[in-house]
Amino acid sequence: MAVEVILPRVDMDMATGKISKWHAKDGEKVTKGAALFEIETDKAAMEIDAPSDGILRNILVGEGETAAVGSAVAFIYAEGEAVQSASPAAAQAPASATAAAPVSSVPTVTPPVASGETPRATPLARRLAKQAALALGGVSGSGPRGRILADDVRKALDSKPSVAAAAPATLSDDSIQKLYQPGSFAVQPMDGMRRTIAARLTQSKQTVPHFYLSVTATLDALMAARESLNAAAPRDASKAPLWRLSINDFIIKALGLALQKVPAANVTWAGDSILQHRVSDVGVAVAVEGGLFTPVVRNIEAKTLSAISLEMKQLAAKARARKLVPSEYQGGTSAISNLGMFGIEEFTAIINPPHASILAVGAGVQRFVPVNGQPSLATQMTCTLSCDHRAVDGAVGAELLQAFRSYIENPMLMLA
Amino acid sequence: MKTPKTAKANARPFYQKHSAAELKEALRKMYLIRRFEEGAEEAYMRGLIHGTMHLSIGQEASAVGSTMALRNTDYITSTHRGHGHCIGKGADPKLMFAEFFGKEEGYCRGRGGSMHIADVATGNLGANGIVGGGLPIAVGAALAIKKQKRDDVAMCFFGDGASNEGAFHEALNMASVWKLPVVFVCENNKYGMSVSTERSMSVKNVADRAPAYGMPAVIVDGNSIADVAEAIEAATEHARKGGGPTLVECKTYRTRGHSRSDRNRYRTKEEIEDWKARDPIPHFEAELIAHGLASADEVTAIRVAAEAEIAAGIEFARLGTDPDPTEVTRDVYSPEAA
Amino acid sequence: MSRELTYAQAIQEALAQAMEADPNVFLMGEDIGVYGGAFQVTGDLVHRFGEDRVMDAPISELGQAGVAVGAALAGCKPVLEFQFSDFATLAMEQIVNQAAKLRFMLGGKVNVPLVMRFPAGSGTGAAAQHSQSIDAWLAHVPGLKVIQPSTPHDMKGMLLAAIDDPDPVMVFEHKLLYKTKGEVPEEAYRVPIGKAHVARNGKHVTVVATSIMVHKSLEAAETLAAEGIDVEVIDLRTLRPMDTATIIESVKKTSRLACVYEGVKTLGIGAEISARIAESEAFDYLDAPILRLGGAESPIPYNPQLEKAAVPQVPGIIEGLRNLVTGRT
Repeated sequence: MAVEVILPRVDMDMATGKISKWHAKDGEKVTKGAALFEIETDKAAMEIDAPSDGILRNILVGEGETAAVGSAVAFIYAEGEAVQSASPAAAQAPASATAAAPVSSVPTVTPPVASGETPRATPLARRLAKQAALALGGVSGSGPRGRILADDVRKALDSKPSVAAAAPATLSDDSIQKLYQPGSFAVQPMDGMRRTIAARLTQSKQTVPHFYLSVTATLDALMAARESLNAAAPRDASKAPLWRLSINDFIIKALGLALQKVPAANVTWAGDSILQHRVSDVGVAVAVEGGLFTPVVRNIEAKTLSAISLEMKQLAAKARARKLVPSEYQGGTSAISNLGMFGIEEFTAIINPPHASILAVGAGVQRFVPVNGQPSLATQMTCTLSCDHRAVDGAVGAELLQAFRSYIENPMLMLA
Repeated sequence: MKTPKTAKANARPFYQKHSAAELKEALRKMYLIRRFEEGAEEAYMRGLIHGTMHLSIGQEASAVGSTMALRNTDYITSTHRGHGHCIGKGADPKLMFAEFFGKEEGYCRGRGGSMHIADVATGNLGANGIVGGGLPIAVGAALAIKKQKRDDVAMCFFGDGASNEGAFHEALNMASVWKLPVVFVCENNKYGMSVSTERSMSVKNVADRAPAYGMPAVIVDGNSIADVAEAIEAATEHARKGGGPTLVECKTYRTRGHSRSDRNRYRTKEEIEDWKARDPIPHFEAELIAHGLASADEVTAIRVAAEAEIAAGIEFARLGTDPDPTEVTRDVYSPEAA
Repeated sequence: MSRELTYAQAIQEALAQAMEADPNVFLMGEDIGVYGGAFQVTGDLVHRFGEDRVMDAPISELGQAGVAVGAALAGCKPVLEFQFSDFATLAMEQIVNQAAKLRFMLGGKVNVPLVMRFPAGSGTGAAAQHSQSIDAWLAHVPGLKVIQPSTPHDMKGMLLAAIDDPDPVMVFEHKLLYKTKGEVPEEAYRVPIGKAHVARNGKHVTVVATSIMVHKSLEAAETLAAEGIDVEVIDLRTLRPMDTATIIESVKKTSRLACVYEGVKTLGIGAEISARIAESEAFDYLDAPILRLGGAESPIPYNPQLEKAAVPQVPGIIEGLRNLVTGRT
């Protein structure tokens, strides 16, 4: 029966160990008591002796690889003994394997691989990571020999909703800290969201050629429509209205419909091609503690204002609780950033790739506007559309804004 | 002088039984076979066609003498040396050439080539690249004939080499046990590729093997169309009447090598010259003229016409349509079932 | 109307219905007449249809195969029974060079509508020359269709479809299945060739199994269900033409693939299934290496323990699938 070679604990607080060197190769004869491999710890390299005589087989943890304390790293077979294809331990373990829950045996967890190496991962894990723009180098693998499984990727995504490649640092932390008086600042560690925001927006501003178009729309008709729709909202058992539409809900709907009306703007730049989208999916920026998320409202053209309103409330709540899953924030062709509630009248936003545009929405402001030569009071807002010029030209962007304004100013069109 | 319709009363049965027109048609087919194979050989040497081919030059009497007895609803199974059987059974040389050239117009739409040329419409169930491959197939076709209560026959061509295959023995036994209408025609040309029958067979004649299966057998001069045809006609009639199978062994010779790569190291020049002197075509011509069934001018006219037909056939084939490489898997399965 | 029949009875009923419906259909084989067939599949059909349609043949496998080819070319629909699939080796010339290729070689101008039935597989103590599974050999040959029904229902329907088929169809019948029972409709229905069957729905792993291994995999699936492992079992049913689409769809759902088959593992049907998945869009859905559980790299031994050890058994299938799903492979 093959003898298991384990990674021993050689240091007090050691949970994992890295094998720095094997003294024997797979298939070589080893002698009990002779040095078999070396473990590298913070302090020193430790030589580990072979636990028995025989032939070394099934090296599970190679040089430079890390394994959990107590896990099998290889097996020693008696000469002439049949070699099992995989770890023989499972086969040899008496009935316990059947009785126990299948996941009860602790899989070897290998910490993230050093940069530059290609991590072992299943095709599904690779695919999921790619979809979520997650670098596999940052994921721990729970499969054999540290292989990253789909579940490992899912867990990594759950803990960091959208971890992207770290932003390229232009200056090191140290060199920046040196510019300030020591003690005059506190160092805040970067979390995943902050890293993502930094990376994506840097990438966007550096690689996406932005141009900006502004338009001012009159809101009076919209506000009247909103009031009457909210007043007419049916009520549930506790007399609470079933919806309460916000101006932002109308803006979402208007942009969604405008994207249908101007399909040339409902696109994404895909490198070698441009994707022409059939549905209107629009991201809506939600500010949260320490950053922001942009959940996507999908199929806007097919949804009623009340449906959009309810969905937006749920997405915003999930975003604030940091519970969004990738399917809720991936995709979309445009986005809305509304800073009107802060009294900002006009601003420009950075496109969130792969979107082709983003609409920066300012506050509603009362102004006197000339009507038949006479000043008349109107509520107006100014919106600025940032466009990715690779995919959307000026005229197309202008058409989109024009369509958007017509929906805002004639809100009944949104109900058609 | 006008030639008579049939031969004199003292001529052998073959010349009495068949009309002059039938006999001249037989001569025409022998010429077609000879010229077809010479034309194929030339086209090969000019690099117009690839692959290999097995020529039956010298064996035309057995091919035509055998197939003369058949009608369209009778079957034949043929061999790798099968151009003669194919023409004898009624195939059109130009479509055979088209197959040789690998064209869509060919009998097998360019998928079969020399070794598989067959005109299914004339009852040819296929030339076979496997020595002995056609023997049990002919038995199966004869079984179908019997089940369908037809008075057709299945004629099975094979060589001396095939009689050393297990399939030969299994096929003869089954045909005999079930008394099936099969005519086994052995074209014994003395060599299985390079190994002579003396070196490969425990008996002198292939026909000697038939009695082991309770089957009648006859040995004929395979270079005499009259000899071949008389024996085959008797065997065919026997089979049609439900008498069961017969083996007819035609002793003959191929004057060309086994295939294009043969360097003739296993036989002497004298032996080849000796057999060339017994060429079945001049032999048949002489008899036709001697019996007053054809004039020398008629014979010349038949030969010239055959040559013209072959030349036209090659031209037709050269201009044929090349198959579309994207259709490589066509006809592996029936379309309705694919 | 449907009632329970054994697998062997289902074959016999299909043969009888095919012969009743079409006078061109006839049976041939060794000891299939008054003896009733080595496995009593033809039974008393000779008394119902006569010796001309249920033909005892000499022990000449090559000859019989050729006779079937010739009869098929000449308008009959022969159904040839081999006493053991092992004996197909004697008839390979006719099966591979003639039956499979004639249609193609003759430019699509003929059909070879024959059926060959092969009692196959181990478990009867008949040792190395009477226990092989050579289905994958024949499935390697373009021009042949190869089916391996696992239930009486599929057997009857697929055998009738095979007899209808204009091309040569090879039918592999596992000998241990002959006495298994299942619901079989009385009428002459067809189960299409070339379509796999999802025998059990599951979400954690796709098992593609053939013949008796379908039943063993289903048994393994029941045990694993108690552990929370939900196994999908696909009964491949047809080796050629293979229904890859059904397997791809399943693997995209479960992210794991195991192939369970009795033939020798190396270059067996599992190799083909695995390769097709690795080549397909399902590759990007795999979350574990593909597992093949096939026959040992040995002839089938005589000793009963060794005989069992030479082909996949339920405990081994359970073990293999459990390791696959729990990320231990």
